[in-house]
Amino acid sequence: MREEIIEILQSVHPEVDYEVEDKLIDNRIFDSFDVVSVVSELIDNFDVEITAETMIPENFNSVDAIMNLIKRLEEE
Amino acid sequence: MKNINVINYLLDSAEKYPDKTAYFDETRSYTYSKLLKDSKAIASTLIKKLPGANQPVLIYLEKSPSVLAAFFGTVMSRNFYVPLDISMPEYRINLIVENLKPKAIITDTAHYDAAKEFCKHVFVFEQSIDTEIDDKAINDKIDSSLDTDPVYVLYTSGSTGVPKGVVVSHRSLVDYIDHFCDEVDITSDDIIANQAPFYFDASLIDIYCTLKMGATMGIVPIDYFSVPMKLLSFLQDNNITTIRWVPSAMKMISMFKGFKSLKPDKLRKIIFGAESMPTKCYNYWKENYPEAVFVQIYGPTEITGVCTYHIVDRDYEDSETIPIGKAFKNSDVFLLDEDDKLITRADTIGEICVKGSCLALGYYNAPEKTNEVFTQNPLNPYYPEKIYRTGDLAKYNERGEFVFVSRKDFQIKHMGHRIELGEIETAVMSIADIKNACCAFDEKKQKIVLFYESEVKGDEDVLEALKKKLQRYMIPNVFKKMDKLPMNANGKVDRKYLKENCL
Repeated sequence: MREEIIEILQSVHPEVDYEVEDKLIDNRIFDSFDVVSVVSELIDNFDVEITAETMIPENFNSVDAIMNLIKRLEEE
Repeated sequence: MKNINVINYLLDSAEKYPDKTAYFDETRSYTYSKLLKDSKAIASTLIKKLPGANQPVLIYLEKSPSVLAAFFGTVMSRNFYVPLDISMPEYRINLIVENLKPKAIITDTAHYDAAKEFCKHVFVFEQSIDTEIDDKAINDKIDSSLDTDPVYVLYTSGSTGVPKGVVVSHRSLVDYIDHFCDEVDITSDDIIANQAPFYFDASLIDIYCTLKMGATMGIVPIDYFSVPMKLLSFLQDNNITTIRWVPSAMKMISMFKGFKSLKPDKLRKIIFGAESMPTKCYNYWKENYPEAVFVQIYGPTEITGVCTYHIVDRDYEDSETIPIGKAFKNSDVFLLDEDDKLITRADTIGEICVKGSCLALGYYNAPEKTNEVFTQNPLNPYYPEKIYRTGDLAKYNERGEFVFVSRKDFQIKHMGHRIELGEIETAVMSIADIKNACCAFDEKKQKIVLFYESEVKGDEDVLEALKKKLQRYMIPNVFKKMDKLPMNANGKVDRKYLKENCL
């Protein structure tokens, strides 16, 4: 799952080192357009529904944060 | 009769609604009277120190209500403003500066050092607004102004690597705003949530419909567009009635089904354009706002905002395309085939051509580029009449509405931005040791793909170099290094092959 998420992120911003970056949203590395394109791929690839309340920087700032969110959503 | 000059909007609204908020953001707000005062102060200092008229003034400021005072002050001095994206790399700003040769730059204390690199004649905003107002000098400028004077120059991507500056006159802008306010019934009670950057013409409705009607506009902080709950709260807390957003921004709410959590209850005019609207996204909004007016607008910067529009008056399946509609008021829009013959039948594809007061004056300091697309109307051999050839291909549907089909050339729309793939390719080719490069746009995945040839450079080197030359939304999403790019019979890179086989 982690690899798959990194692949999605890389296709939007190939220049980022996703192993270390933990402020993707806070540091504006991903803007709104990037978020839209990443989230639509996450929804398609993992078949989850992401609500407005869960779309907060804490859940999207790093690969691990995104992975944890997807896992939580899959359990629901 | 008053001159046709956008400044009359400001003068009228400041007289009618002196204490009303014109523009606000998170930290500041401008009443109409204060906006007028600051604009006049800026105009006074410009008139004093910058003799002449119709000269370019760069605006180098972070987005805020102050930027608008800088715009209006410049226009009052009978010069025209050229807004710059302050996140633009120095390399690209220098290309613009070289083309524009600005007479002055307005910035603030925080950006002073960067600004003086682009133009020696710097006006600092904080000092300029303290200048003593010279009403007589300002009135003389407005009285002598012409409706053919430029108001602004907005730069867009250029296929040869040099951005093109679209020069727009008072006449075009006033024609647009007057008709738009009428058609969509914008009133002084409206509160508009602004999304588009001020260096895009998508912001014209927000800025100038507000100014004309004495309405109010709030700048949505850019970060809110990544956090749907903040975005929705902004709309709700500020009693927003009207939005003119790019579809990507509206998708930020639809894809999270945001209205389930919060549905702003004052919203009633929803205007979108600048890229194609996914019908699924539209339907989500429409279901939630069955009473609201939805307007799809279409128009490149060269025709000042809007040349076709569609007030959505019927239902669309998710799989259908929403048409771009019919010609906007006081504009004539028609399709020409490859032999410059008029197309009248449905379902026949042709280039969208436009005539009317909406036409820009041309590209700044680029007569050749101007003549390529602002040409004599081939259907009228009798007297000089200009048309603008958009390069966009469309067809009529059976209702006689225009339906957008595609581009004729290598311009793309990526995340609401208009990009010439040629500009990216030129930037790549300017990097040392790059032997060949070609860009393609993967429409399905909405990604810019770069193919390149180099013996020594790798993806990371190319990426690092491009960050210094291009705006971030132009940077390719996918890098593909090839031993040799495929060539066609004419000795050029075979784009068709790459697009069909390598994406």
